[in-house]
Amino acid sequence: MGLIDRIASQVIGRDVVAGEIAIVKVDIVYAQDGTAPLVIDVIENELNVGKLVAADRSYFFIDHLAPAPHVAAASIHKKMRSFAKKYGLKLFDAGYGISHQVVVEEGIVRPGMIVIGADSHTPTVGAIGAYATGVGSTDAAIAMAYGELWLRIPVTIKMVLTGTIPKGVYSKDIIHAIISEFKTDGMIGRAVEFHGDVLRRLSIDSRMTLTNMCTEMGAESAIVPVDEVTLKWLSEHGYTIARKIENFGEYIDTIPIDVSRLEPMIATPPDVDNVMSIGEIEGIEIDQVFIGSCTNGRLEDIEVAAKILRNRRISEGVRCIVAPASRKVYIEALRMGYIDILIEAGCIIAPPTCGPCVGAHMGLLAEGEVAVATTNRNFTGRMGHRESKVYLASPATAAASAIEGRIADPRKYLP
Amino acid sequence: MIKRGRCWKLGDNISTDHIISGKYKFEAINDINKMLIHLFEEVIPDFYKLVKPGDIVVAGRNFGKGSSREQAPRLLKIAGISAVIAKSFTHIFYRNSINIGLPVVIAKIIPDVTQTGDIIEINLVEGYVKNLTRYVVEFIQPYPKYIEQLIEVGGIVEYIKRYGGPPWQKDIR
Ligand code: SF4
Repeated sequence: MGLIDRIASQVIGRDVVAGEIAIVKVDIVYAQDGTAPLVIDVIENELNVGKLVAADRSYFFIDHLAPAPHVAAASIHKKMRSFAKKYGLKLFDAGYGISHQVVVEEGIVRPGMIVIGADSHTPTVGAIGAYATGVGSTDAAIAMAYGELWLRIPVTIKMVLTGTIPKGVYSKDIIHAIISEFKTDGMIGRAVEFHGDVLRRLSIDSRMTLTNMCTEMGAESAIVPVDEVTLKWLSEHGYTIARKIENFGEYIDTIPIDVSRLEPMIATPPDVDNVMSIGEIEGIEIDQVFIGSCTNGRLEDIEVAAKILRNRRISEGVRCIVAPASRKVYIEALRMGYIDILIEAGCIIAPPTCGPCVGAHMGLLAEGEVAVATTNRNFTGRMGHRESKVYLASPATAAASAIEGRIADPRKYLP
Repeated sequence: MIKRGRCWKLGDNISTDHIISGKYKFEAINDINKMLIHLFEEVIPDFYKLVKPGDIVVAGRNFGKGSSREQAPRLLKIAGISAVIAKSFTHIFYRNSINIGLPVVIAKIIPDVTQTGDIIEINLVEGYVKNLTRYVVEFIQPYPKYIEQLIEVGGIVEYIKRYGGPPWQKDIR
């Protein structure tokens, strides 16, 4: 059994097998301002429950349209605030940051938990060793109202990352290479569990980029078992393991991934599995760069962008928007001086928000415009006009591209 | 549970954005029906005018990929779609559909032989899909008990309204 079925087994109190439908008590359930309105409708108008069994385990996030760019969003936010107050669940208002980032850095999600999020990138939080899966609004409403949910336990694939990470290559490039191999439906009905020597050199920040993008292969969940890196991170933050999981380690498939020969990898539109190495695509002219999102808006992402942009300027005619994934990330980046460097280089610093990633708020693209983004989706029209294009890249590649005004190799800017 | 209807054939990788673009989500705050005119607008122009109650969507791999937005299956159901058949579904779309009582059926052969306009019959209890226009039958995995009950009553919310709690709590009560 993999780590995910072991977590489910411990929660349920008997051994479950992959493929089985099981009723689980969920540890944490959350929704964001895109999915929460329907959660509220289902609870208030359809289920008619007076109170939420899981109120103390339920969270709302205002992150997609934060702060509100129009009246429609403002009314959604208002509705969320009054619902949260009435039912006694915690709401993280505009400014706190993106849900998946906040639940991890606040210690809400901890190793061994079962986590349900009404957002497709909920597997991100598996980086900390939790079994996390994305659901829709009705599921989130049921989980909040009854504290339980049916889950079909996914089959786990073990991915073993080996080799040495070359210069200029980051976890974003690794996951792009993996998606390029397994395609956007390669992990449907499955969960990905990461192993291998390479993990020892990947921080929690970097691991969250890996688990985040497993969604783009159709994976139901993604997880990194607790190891020394996790334990160190937990103790630095004063957090503990929620459930100690033992005796896992049987998988239907084990896939070795050698990272040694990777280059910076770019996912070209209109799908995340159209991956090319930097050499194949360098030179494409761009109008905008976006560094942020639940994929790559963390401290180490802003750090690498700042290192590349230090004493340099972004190209004339290019907008470079940087949105820290959370307030905590923002404060740290300020303290470290990264924000100064970025502003001096000509970047626009946005508040912690999803905004530009989903083409909902700020930094939208006009017809024919091209962007390099550190996000996770490059679908048609994702960041604005349907005739605009999004190339997905690591923060290093994004920063180098901002300097040149075209897709550029970050390796020449690295010390 | 037998569903019979005229088919709309689509290809691989139909995303929730193809079904209903994210930019319309905020119109749903008061009335999801307002979004109906945008259903499949980039894939099948005027779909909302052409669709008839009972119609069935048949698609290839990876149906419903992308966002977790539940408006996608809800709109299909409101438009009158009686089932979606595909080679594979992303799990969020699959769950969302079952939760609202829209049958979602995984079939490997039928999507290859079906054309728009064909008549399809699905038997969810005995477990088969027939293309009556082309005389092709494929056996499918019947639903587990919980899921069958949900589909039968029209979704998990309907189930709870009727029985006072989710299906798994019935034994407890
Ligand atoms: S940053 Fe983008 S991908 Fe992540 S939760 Fe927000 S909208 Fe979704």
